[in-house]
Amino acid sequence: MIRLENISKAFQTGTTVTKALDSVDLNVEKGKIYGVIGYSGAGKSTLVRTVNLLERPTEGKVFINDVELTGLSAGKLKKTRQRIGMIFQSFNLLKTGTVYQNIAIPLKLTGVSKKEIDSRVRKYLQIVGLEDKIDVYPGQLSGGQKQRVAIARALAHEPEVLLCDEATSALDPDTTESILSLLEQINQEFGLTILLITHEMHVVQKICHEVAVMENGRIIEQGPVVDLFSRPKTPTTKRFVQSLFQDDVPESLVKKLESKGQIVTLSFVGESSGKPALALLSKNFDIYPSILAGNITQLKDQPFGRIVVHLEGEDSETKRAVMFLEDRGIFVEGYVPEVNAHVS
Amino acid sequence: MSAKISEFIDLWGADIWSAIIETFQMVGISLLISVLLGLPLGVLLVLTRPGKALDNKILFRLLNAVINVIRSIPFIILLFFILPFTKFIAGTTIGVKGVIVPLVVFTAPYIARLMESALLEVDRGVVEAYEAMGIKTRHIIWHVLVRESRSSIVLGLTIATIGLIGATAMAGLVGAGGLGDLAYRYGHLRYEVDVMYVTVFLLIVLVQGLQSLGNVMAARLKKD
Ligand SMILES: Nc1ncnc2c1ncn2[C@@H]1O[C@H](COP(=O)(O)OP(=O)(O)OP(=O)(O)O)[C@@H](O)[C@H]1O
Ligand SMILES: [Mg+2]
Repeated sequence: MIRLENISKAFQTGTTVTKALDSVDLNVEKGKIYGVIGYSGAGKSTLVRTVNLLERPTEGKVFINDVELTGLSAGKLKKTRQRIGMIFQSFNLLKTGTVYQNIAIPLKLTGVSKKEIDSRVRKYLQIVGLEDKIDVYPGQLSGGQKQRVAIARALAHEPEVLLCDEATSALDPDTTESILSLLEQINQEFGLTILLITHEMHVVQKICHEVAVMENGRIIEQGPVVDLFSRPKTPTTKRFVQSLFQDDVPESLVKKLESKGQIVTLSFVGESSGKPALALLSKNFDIYPSILAGNITQLKDQPFGRIVVHLEGEDSETKRAVMFLEDRGIFVEGYVPEVNAHVS
Repeated sequence: MSAKISEFIDLWGADIWSAIIETFQMVGISLLISVLLGLPLGVLLVLTRPGKALDNKILFRLLNAVINVIRSIPFIILLFFILPFTKFIAGTTIGVKGVIVPLVVFTAPYIARLMESALLEVDRGVVEAYEAMGIKTRHIIWHVLVRESRSSIVLGLTIATIGLIGATAMAGLVGAGGLGDLAYRYGHLRYEVDVMYVTVFLLIVLVQGLQSLGNVMAARLKKD
């Protein structure tokens, strides 16, 4: 549905050139919710903005539905953009227009008939749950309500793709939850393909099928969310995953325990596989496992657990125990203390 | 007291009335033309900026320079300075007709600046959202830029109108009449202080009224 081929983007400010995107390839399948995560300045906004060419890439091609956007005339591009919805961190509504006008004006300007406009405004306001605010100005709405209007505005064009640039970053946790649920619902009901960017792992965890991790303008890791959670390869991804699990063990305790055994992090998909396996350890091996930290959280489709365990016993015995765990699909990793895993 | 007033009205009423008409004519016509020129110029000043929709360095710098030059000339000098131009455009350099051209030349660049600053206040993000929806630039100008800044535009136009009223006071120099001219000729040159007081009073009422009207309208148009 969305395909980026070898996209690079350089910004020139004065004499300095910033490479915001560096040979990025991305493929988002129809009907998927695809997340792009990265720290500030990684190039996420630039990436999502190249999809509808708000930012023209210096190199590379953008395809939507196999149409190459980068090769379209200005007029054709405008027509195509009407099928690509976009929502923003700052909502970007007309202050001078009511909720109704905010949705209706862009429809009118893209040539939708008056009758059709009226029915669409009502339909999509109902979907986002704001029918009662139809004649209210954005100034009188909360952040979450404004984002709902922005979503209704985007949906009213009946797009095939929805781009979200930090759509929940300006919202409190509860409101974030409700907006994410709304996006998920839209994805399921209309089969809308969603590309969202965020710096919060929580957003990825909650609604994304697939995820790409960005750093310095490059995608350093991508794949199904479960895979990235259970087998993060790069330090950045590890830090993002760690940000969801407060599984920091006090340093003094780590020192003390490491002298008699090994501390490992176990990641597993599904609630059932982790704990029973752990229970079997002490039965089958000469090992005393004790849980130091960890929890199980809900990914989009399945639970995902991560626990930090101290395996007390001989080295050889520990090795065998680890193999036993890995055979059961549990990802075992030596425990790495959380060093400046600050997520902004 | 009332006898005095009716005596004054008998004596000066017609003159004052025609001066009011002349002022309204001069202000009305030149304001209309100035807006028609100034608003598009303001839009151009915003859109030809680097990185904006019609990014054009040469046009942007040229516009800026021309506007700055005109705006540095006091109206009374401008009035005489552009006499040949006035003659060429209006066919005459005297009377209400002859003063419209210099008034427009004086006011349009001012309005362009006021429009520019009003339009620049509009949230870049909203413009971007409309670009992302595939909406034509000319629609964005009208339905986003102008619409969102309409409150500031009204305030700007109020300021411009008041400046214009001030400028018309000098129109008497080319025989265009008006309230300012009346106050100057009778009040100052002929020592008819009553006439001067009345016209000054009328000018104050006019300016106050305009400003209040502008403020109310701007507040109504503002929705946040
Ligand atoms: N218009 C621009 N001109 C110059 N440099 C830019 C421009 N836009 C972005 N950049 C630079 O490109 C890099 C990537 O910026 P981008 O906004 O894509 O980051 P981001 O991942 O969205 O960050 P954040 O989470 O802070 O929004 C940054 O170094 C930024 O300074
Ligand atoms: Mg960003």
